[in-house]
Amino acid sequence: MTAYLGKAVSRVDGPLKVTGKALYAGEFGTADLCTGYVVNSSIAKGRILSIDTQAALSVPGVLDVITHENRPEIASYNENYTDMDAADGKHFRPLYNDRILFNMQPVALVVAESFEVARYAASLIRVDYEAEPHQADLYAQRSNAHKAPTPMPPDRGDADSAWANAPVKIEAEYHSPAEFHNPMEMHASTVIYSTDGKLTVHDKTQGVQNSAQFISNIFGLPDGDVRVVTPFVGGAFGSGLRPQYQLVLATMAALKLKRSVRLVLSREQMFSFGHRPETIQHFRLACDREGRLVSTIHEVIGETSSFEDFTEMVVVWSASLYQCPNLRLDYKLAPLDLYTPLDMRAPGAVLGMYALESAMDELAYAANIDPLEFRIRNFTDIDPASNKPYSSKELLECYRQGAERFGWSKRSQEPRSMRDGKQLVGWGMATGVWEAMQNPASAKAVINIDGSLVVSSATADIGTGTYTVMTQIAAEVFGLPLEQVTFKLGDSILPKAPLEGGSFTVSSVGSAVKQACETLQQQLLDQAKEEDQSPFSNLELDGVVFEDGEIYIKAAPSERVKIADLLKKGGTPSMEASATASPKKERDDYTTATHSAVFVEVKVDEDFGTIQVSRMVSAIAAGRVLSLKPGRNQILGGMVWGIGMAMQEEGMLDKDLARWMNHNIAEYHFPVNADVHDLDVIFVEEHDEVVNPLGAKGIGEIGIVGVAAAIANAVYHATGKRVRDLPITLDKVFE
Amino acid sequence: MNATPARQLRPDAGADTHTISLNINGKQHELAVEPWTTLLDLLREHLDMTGTKKGCDHGQCGACTVLVNGTRINSCLSLAVMQDGAEVTTIEGLANGDDLHPMQAAFVEQDAFQCGYCTPGQICSAIGMIAEGKAQTRDEIREQMSGNLCRCGAYNNILAAIEQAIPACKGGLRE
Ligand code: FES
Ligand code: FES
Repeated sequence: MTAYLGKAVSRVDGPLKVTGKALYAGEFGTADLCTGYVVNSSIAKGRILSIDTQAALSVPGVLDVITHENRPEIASYNENYTDMDAADGKHFRPLYNDRILFNMQPVALVVAESFEVARYAASLIRVDYEAEPHQADLYAQRSNAHKAPTPMPPDRGDADSAWANAPVKIEAEYHSPAEFHNPMEMHASTVIYSTDGKLTVHDKTQGVQNSAQFISNIFGLPDGDVRVVTPFVGGAFGSGLRPQYQLVLATMAALKLKRSVRLVLSREQMFSFGHRPETIQHFRLACDREGRLVSTIHEVIGETSSFEDFTEMVVVWSASLYQCPNLRLDYKLAPLDLYTPLDMRAPGAVLGMYALESAMDELAYAANIDPLEFRIRNFTDIDPASNKPYSSKELLECYRQGAERFGWSKRSQEPRSMRDGKQLVGWGMATGVWEAMQNPASAKAVINIDGSLVVSSATADIGTGTYTVMTQIAAEVFGLPLEQVTFKLGDSILPKAPLEGGSFTVSSVGSAVKQACETLQQQLLDQAKEEDQSPFSNLELDGVVFEDGEIYIKAAPSERVKIADLLKKGGTPSMEASATASPKKERDDYTTATHSAVFVEVKVDEDFGTIQVSRMVSAIAAGRVLSLKPGRNQILGGMVWGIGMAMQEEGMLDKDLARWMNHNIAEYHFPVNADVHDLDVIFVEEHDEVVNPLGAKGIGEIGIVGVAAAIANAVYHATGKRVRDLPITLDKVFE
Repeated sequence: MNATPARQLRPDAGADTHTISLNINGKQHELAVEPWTTLLDLLREHLDMTGTKKGCDHGQCGACTVLVNGTRINSCLSLAVMQDGAEVTTIEGLANGDDLHPMQAAFVEQDAFQCGYCTPGQICSAIGMIAEGKAQTRDEIREQMSGNLCRCGAYNNILAAIEQAIPACKGGLRE
């Protein structure tokens, strides 16, 4: 029995978004608001010798120019700059001193009465540097790479000799470039300064409590003096997991000038911080003549910065997804003079699975086995890395349903064997996987005498549908119409929530919402029991039903009480309950993950080499999908991201300057409407009692994982050409 | 007529400003604007009409799309002084109270957005495109909506919403 869960409900915040009433971080205002504009460095490494701010300061309307020389006091200790998603190392301290660590590092902030004046004045600032030699070439730094400081699954057997002695094997190296998140909303912070010195900050972030803690630590502000309020986030995809420098600079200016400050980065400046790291992946993979894997050797070199070690889960999937007795993994980091990489949609998995699933395709061809059949032969429902069972893994069903919808059985194995007139047709597939995590989270539920239910938690909705799915969960538990339920998020004073990321928001916060609502129901039932001769006296929660503002006895529906009457008798206009949901112990006995099977058709023009992804089917096993519209949309978005990763996205670095050349969205390509064609999503039924009380595994990341490999494999099938360097552009297909 | 003045943001603003008249969403404004202020910044920074979004400031993303005399334009590429006398329709001017414009309603129903940041531009652009009368097929709609980037990748649902709203929008802007 479900009224809302698993149903296609329109987003509850939809009307605000389509009317322009949803306010994003850089859109809050107050009467005394002034505007900042950042000046970025033009060298990658060295020292600032001097900054000439005279011309800028003389522009009418300019209030101040803040540099490392005149900034207010900020923390010096490294630990004050950490955050909930910090990489290991010495964190970047904006405007701290004269050191330049990367190109486009912020070196000054102009504050003026208007945006235009601030921007103009910023162009007048002259900085003299003493440049030092920098390093920005991952291949050149390959031999200087060090072991990544992250736990790794243990090696198994003797992978090197098993590979050497195997009858069928491949060896290949895959390269993927840096990619930039580029949410449509640029990073922005509006700091509202109140006369008592307290700050209300609207920051583009995936964790309001993360941002609040961060600036409290840096500026030594007492707890409670900083409140971060961000009801809407115009996309983030990981870029809001760490507080970005505009938050520090806007706060600095507000404290220095004792005024409210808005600071919005330009699109160009969106290329001045974290990104998906450039990565080199070396694969050796072998199987026996029946197509059973015998050896997996996956060695990765990822980019990091000179000051932090950025690690992600890039190789672990090769240890878990398929059965394979011999395994060796290696993960190293090569420091470059660039900003530290940053988690970006399905961090690590998207890269590791691109290599693994490309290698699987190459090996299937070496063994002359259909690529889908090859994966089925290597399926395992015990995680070989931990020897634990998967809590659920309906991957075989993903393969079956996806293949059927796609028409995979009509595929011919031979490359260049399918065509449509002048178009070479290629069909490729890949598996996808992502963790199903849960983190501790809290929520509060308040029922009011007017029948409304307000539930809250300090999580975020970055487009993922958090408002909607949490409203659905609460409405479902309380048997209330959706219109009577409100979910509040994006405010640091709300109950504690983890960062909004990693596909664990429904699992974590959703569980807390459910638990808070149930705790509140228990309180209401207890109150009902206190009545003289209450018909409810011997009942527990499972013996009653909450519906439309009433509680009734399941076995005797005519015995009922209005919640409003209970509150009235108790003499309170409302009743509230809070709860913290933590992962169950039982989870430790299992590996929990989402899976997918992605099937792709590409058409490659024989004369021009243009590549089009004409069709894609993605079959997803993610437990229970609670909110169908935003849920499907998440997967579609992931598929579109996969098209971008496979065919378009590439941060192009001028290695002589260590500076991104295509730092705008005309030259950093990602898919537009005309690049996207027929996309089909299948949610495969999957029951999972272990992951969390909702049975939902989360779906923000799984949609992108595997897509790039499926496209690369389809391009090979179409053309006979293996492109092992992303993005796959037409020049590489025909070179 | 006595219309809202643009927020005076510079102490010496008077020296360089030009007075223009704009009809924005049916309301007449006499505005003193600086010559370098774009239509987008006039809306967002000076009139606090933040429904129109800035995604690049360079004509690359379409987030700032508004209708000027019924034609869709990137408002970041137009100086406000160039629009003297124009009728501007922004996302804030489409609904009738709580009654959404058919394109807005279709966007909600088809879930044609995620974060919503590109959405005002998509909606204005879609209405402008229909008025142009050029988009007859799905491929043409995709092509002619390709100046409006959606990083969330909601393109298939955007297409579905536009298809749904076309019959109700045929006459261009609803009166
Ligand atoms: S802000 Fe105008 S096109 Fe991007
Ligand atoms: S809905 Fe987020 S950019 Fe389009």
